[in-house]
Amino acid sequence: MRPSGTERPFLRVAAVLAAMAILLVPGPGRPAEPPMRKLAVAASANLRLVLLELAGAFERRNPGVKVEPTYGASGMLQAQIDQGAPFDLFLGADRESAVRLHAAGLALGQPFHYATGRLVLWVAAPARVDPNVLGMSSVANPAIKRIAIANPAVAPYGVAAEQALRTAGLLDAVKAKLVLGESILQVVQFAQSGNAQAAFVPWSMALVPPLAAQGRYVVVPPGSYPAIEQYGVVLGRARDPQLAEEFAGFVRGPGGRTILERHKYALPTD
Amino acid sequence: MDVEALRLSFELAALTTIALLVIGLPVAAWLASSRWRWKPMVEAVVALPLVLPPTVLGFYLLVAMGPMSPFGRAWISIFGRPLAFSFEGLLLASIVYSLPFAVQPFAAALSAVDPRLVEASHTLGVSRLATFFRVSLPIAAPGVIAGAVLTFAHTLGEFGVVLMVGGNIRGETRTLSIAIFDAVEQLDYATASRTALFLLAVSFTVLVVTYSLRRRPVLG
Repeated sequence: MRPSGTERPFLRVAAVLAAMAILLVPGPGRPAEPPMRKLAVAASANLRLVLLELAGAFERRNPGVKVEPTYGASGMLQAQIDQGAPFDLFLGADRESAVRLHAAGLALGQPFHYATGRLVLWVAAPARVDPNVLGMSSVANPAIKRIAIANPAVAPYGVAAEQALRTAGLLDAVKAKLVLGESILQVVQFAQSGNAQAAFVPWSMALVPPLAAQGRYVVVPPGSYPAIEQYGVVLGRARDPQLAEEFAGFVRGPGGRTILERHKYALPTD
Repeated sequence: MDVEALRLSFELAALTTIALLVIGLPVAAWLASSRWRWKPMVEAVVALPLVLPPTVLGFYLLVAMGPMSPFGRAWISIFGRPLAFSFEGLLLASIVYSLPFAVQPFAAALSAVDPRLVEASHTLGVSRLATFFRVSLPIAAPGVIAGAVLTFAHTLGEFGVVLMVGGNIRGETRTLSIAIFDAVEQLDYATASRTALFLLAVSFTVLVVTYSLRRRPVLG
């Protein structure tokens, strides 16, 4: 354009408008990005740490894929799936939830066993009770005023914690000290905020801050509670069933197993 | 139906209402009469519990009650037991949570009282406190009752805060709303609906009775 704008001011205005239009409208010259493939996963709260890593590894292998987890208690997630929540994959904390979804006709494939949860007893450092020395009986120590467990009525990790205490013959003695979290994440909050001096949590949660920094833990004897067999299922309403199957396959495959193992989940042998 | 949870919820709602009458009326009276330049700050603080989601408010209260906060430490050293997971803890949380529901209607009602009546009372030699109880409060009674009813109802249905600081202990912190939530999570919709329906029916009755009392002329 010639610099003749002084004579024709409308040309200058037009040029400015054109420049703005070019800046605002995405040009067709840019290479078109492939559409993002999204995978909505309804996951039990105990998976918070490990699923982050599983999703990251899966996304790196499959560019253009985004795994979007929603964490919650199994019962709540099931109710939401019942009512048509747009989840592609369900990863639960027990066998029952996945089987129930399958029985209700809400699943696409068979329920699959992807991990077995392991429970640890975490004790806050200021309590000066060493769980490595005292084991399960740490909870009976008077320095432990409150013991946080997941609500056994709704959470498999809560059932396991209660049964482990019963097996150890401690349940009646410490019953008055128990406080119930709606999910494992709330149990961690109770412990982290210092309001509970002991907590029963999945091993993976005790490995990292905040709990790792604020206390010590001991593994609860695996035979003392019913195995926490965690099942998942691809959901019937999946928008991208193939992607859901692929991610489920990855979680159960060597890549997923390595990550689950690092987070101290036991692996299914079948 | 969880009768213990029912009793607990009504106890909590009643005590919160009483506490907020005791705490809220002086605050509201001050707000209604003060011309302090920083008054909007106080009004904003009173309204803040409306802004924060209950679970978020509950989380901060949980941290504040814990041994990591000076307040939590002081409480434990004085009373020997922590505030979290106790009925007293729930009461404190409910008072904070329902503060705006009490103070705002109280303040609105008290600022609507004709200042000439208050001044007339003062010129007749009646003390400020006596004037408040014998002039301002009777005139503002409908608004004060409305605030008290709102506080009661709001506490009865309180969920998020209780969930965060309560720890779900039977007879101590498992309120009716928590019991309903537990039933839902267990996919026991029949129990959940029965309890919820009962809560609705009782609350509806309480509200109808209070609002019809309010229509009657208030005695000065």
